[in-house]
Amino acid sequence: MANNLGLTVKPVTPITPEDEARVGEWINTKEYREKNFARQALVVNPAHTCQPLGAELAAHGFEGTLPFVHGSQGCASYYRSTLNRHFREPAPAVCSSMSEDGAVFGGQNNLHEGLENAYALYKPKMMAVFTSCMPEIIGDDLTAFIRNARQKGHIPKDFPAPYANTPSFNGSHIHGYDAMVLAILQTLTEGKRVEGRCTGKLNFLAGFDANTGNYREYKRLFEAFGIPYTFLADISESFDSPNDGTYRLYPGGTPLVEAADSINGKATLTVGPYATSKTYVWMRDEYAGKHASLPMPMGVVKTDAFLMKLAELFDKPVPETLKAERGRAIDAMTDAQQYMHGKKFAVYGDPDLLLGYVSFLLEMGATPYHVLCSKGSKKLEKEIQALLDTSEFGKAGKIYMNKDLWHMRSLVMTDPVDAVLGDTHGKYVTRDAKIPLFRFGFPIFDRVHRHRIPTVGYQGVINMVTEICNKFLDVVDETCDDRHFEMMR
Amino acid sequence: MSDTVKKVDGITKESTQKMIDKALEAYPEKGRKKRAPHLAPNDPGGGACVKSNRKTVPGVMSARGCAYAGAKGVVWGPIRDMVHVSHGPVGCGWYSWGTRRNLMSGKTGVSNFAMQFTSDFQEKDIVYGGDKKLAALLREAKELFPLAKGISVLSECPVGLIGDDINSVAKTMSKELDLPIIPCNCEGFRGVSQSLGHHISNDTIRDYIIETREFTEPPGPYDIALIGEYNIGGDAWSTKPLLEECGFNVKAVWTGDGQLENIAATHQVKLNVIHCYRSMNYMAKVMEEKYGIPWIELNFFGPTKIRESLRALAERFDDRIKENVEKVIAKYDPLMQKVVGEYRPRLEGKKVMLYVGGLRPRHTVAAYEDLGMAVVGSGYEFAHSDDYDRTAPEMPDATVIYDDASEYEMEQFAHQLKPDLVASGIKEKYLFQKMGLPFRQMHSWDYSGPYHGYLGFPVFARDIDLAVNSPTWKLVKSPF
Repeated sequence: MANNLGLTVKPVTPITPEDEARVGEWINTKEYREKNFARQALVVNPAHTCQPLGAELAAHGFEGTLPFVHGSQGCASYYRSTLNRHFREPAPAVCSSMSEDGAVFGGQNNLHEGLENAYALYKPKMMAVFTSCMPEIIGDDLTAFIRNARQKGHIPKDFPAPYANTPSFNGSHIHGYDAMVLAILQTLTEGKRVEGRCTGKLNFLAGFDANTGNYREYKRLFEAFGIPYTFLADISESFDSPNDGTYRLYPGGTPLVEAADSINGKATLTVGPYATSKTYVWMRDEYAGKHASLPMPMGVVKTDAFLMKLAELFDKPVPETLKAERGRAIDAMTDAQQYMHGKKFAVYGDPDLLLGYVSFLLEMGATPYHVLCSKGSKKLEKEIQALLDTSEFGKAGKIYMNKDLWHMRSLVMTDPVDAVLGDTHGKYVTRDAKIPLFRFGFPIFDRVHRHRIPTVGYQGVINMVTEICNKFLDVVDETCDDRHFEMMR
Repeated sequence: MSDTVKKVDGITKESTQKMIDKALEAYPEKGRKKRAPHLAPNDPGGGACVKSNRKTVPGVMSARGCAYAGAKGVVWGPIRDMVHVSHGPVGCGWYSWGTRRNLMSGKTGVSNFAMQFTSDFQEKDIVYGGDKKLAALLREAKELFPLAKGISVLSECPVGLIGDDINSVAKTMSKELDLPIIPCNCEGFRGVSQSLGHHISNDTIRDYIIETREFTEPPGPYDIALIGEYNIGGDAWSTKPLLEECGFNVKAVWTGDGQLENIAATHQVKLNVIHCYRSMNYMAKVMEEKYGIPWIELNFFGPTKIRESLRALAERFDDRIKENVEKVIAKYDPLMQKVVGEYRPRLEGKKVMLYVGGLRPRHTVAAYEDLGMAVVGSGYEFAHSDDYDRTAPEMPDATVIYDDASEYEMEQFAHQLKPDLVASGIKEKYLFQKMGLPFRQMHSWDYSGPYHGYLGFPVFARDIDLAVNSPTWKLVKSPF
């Protein structure tokens, strides 16, 4: 029967150009902004996604590891295609393909069959299991299910199968990342702690960082110091693998043996405190040696702190090459500062990235004017505020916690800025505001290879200064009148 | 539809079966038994040669999506003047935000809503239910997006599992807001693929939308609707004008760049032209039964099929349309010949493997053949038996047909068949490119398009050529 809503039959009436123009102007007003900020229930264009995506990213960071989504199959396809689009790389992952009968009987049969098939077809060294909504709601007991899988021979008794609960109705992708890394490290290091043994190495964890260039940059810095390291959850090869005509299912990742021995490391350092908070607390308790958690080294001050921490942990001086590199970064900043000084920016993204953006902008004499996080916390708000308070350029900055990109649009349209730092999803805001968008975050679906250009360390500073200032200069050249079109800028 | 059985050198029923058997060797016994009926050599005269629309085998790396994906991404999402609410946790709507390339007219946030609307379920919504939140967000949506012609509520997995009643909320709120609010119970765990999401969405159009609007202009003899055209990369902006050039009034497009009210008045048209049969055949059949509107299935890929399709369409109408159609064909044929003349010498004899969804694994076959290429394998993520029936005569004899192929199977087949092009989706793209194989995404037209109609074929030909003949592939093998 049609018309179940009991709607009155009406004539087809298209939206008129007049209405479109009127509402088009209205959504740019302060009045609209007030209504928009009064929203209590509707979320529009959030800048974060659900936990399992982060779990899959983490799983790809380990040698021979096949991410295994326990839940409905559409979930797995969504995570995979998101990673495919961002990295322009394969993202092999399997799924237990739960359906209606799973809702009634639980997901154990699907999980077992999936583990057995995946083990046979894709010959992984480890399967990292994580959950989407369905098993979380019906209460699947992963501990029992995986124990049973071993007993029934679906996977070998000693096969590593760490698992993490990553409910999508809680936290965001950064929390899924944290939960999966923690589960993997707990599994691999179990019983591996040897009193008195020291690998002499640094254990390093980058957090939810989808810039493969950053991973390579960290390694270059460790190598400059001569610090031996184990890069945990290292996605740099997994998502930036060579094309030589051979497809490799598992082209990279932290070697499992090394990850297992990381518990006997000389020092452990994380640079994504918000994306590794649980893992770090656990490592601090369980891992040998010294421990430290620093903010992401974005901008000069945070990079200085990062290098000094490395020097302290390994009792080595900061190498001359990096001192020179610092000088080159400062040179790049001073040469280009006039193009950024006093410019206002809107910034949004994950907590660890936001802190980095704010630091860097303040160093350049630019103002982080609208600072927005769509999944944040009081702690984050305080930390960003403290950072803004360190500089006169931070005075005008305002923080918007747990607001989305439709809020961001209202902010930018009623209280303009010169540019936005974020990711691809900000492009509708910046198009309407006719200002540049800098894609330093995740995901990047509409530009090639930006995820290969580092944003951390002194090299990251040079890259960001170059990208931002040259874009502003492009805008001048593209928009100035003929009389002001000049050879030099 | 082809009269002669096509052959590909070196491909026989035996060679294909041997290739399938070899790919199945790696499976555990149970998995092998389940997968075997989904892989078979094509029998052009024999209809469907594989089983389909069965549960996905866990752990094999299927490319399938879910019912929600079929509802949000395919059927409802492209309707431009509606707010589409992804009801549940934040992820589903975020992943499907702007990732299908169903382009829209209008101004975003004003008259089109190519955005991500979600109820962003938290733990407390799971525990206490989300119905109240839904009612509140519908009010907010109406206030903030006043030109929206309606709101669809697309359920994600948790909604059905915790026992929310979105149908009742939709009914109450429709009255309160004087706005169509369509509840769509398309939870991702329902069914075996995105296909059930299409079906559920068709059912909601039937139950809530159709007949609730009427066109203001008097009906005409050439009033048609274009069904199953999603405007990927602007496809509808090629097919709709083409049909208009032939003399038709295209009253509604389902659902690419679609308008809710035109869709709601489609019961008044004379004929439904259906392109993607899989996702919209349900409503075509409903409209046939209920309103006596006949439907015709057409193919707008490549000059051969466009010509056949336009003539088949003209057969349903009077001489005026028949003359128009011949004029249109006469106008475009030389242009298409020019395209073929340019690209065919560069593509002649090249082999293609297809693995897509909806209609493309059969509808694009002839377009490749227009360019001198041969399709040596084809299959669908979420097809039913009637799709494979329609595929059999299009594909060459004994070529491999795969249903819900796993990544492992696709890789094995590619090793064996050594295609010059693989045409599939984003999850497959980079795997094959790492093998040094040229690839085009055939869900999204790889960020290009349109591919439909006479405007589309030159773009399609250019894109296939740039993929196959890019000099970058010659550099894959290093000299040292």
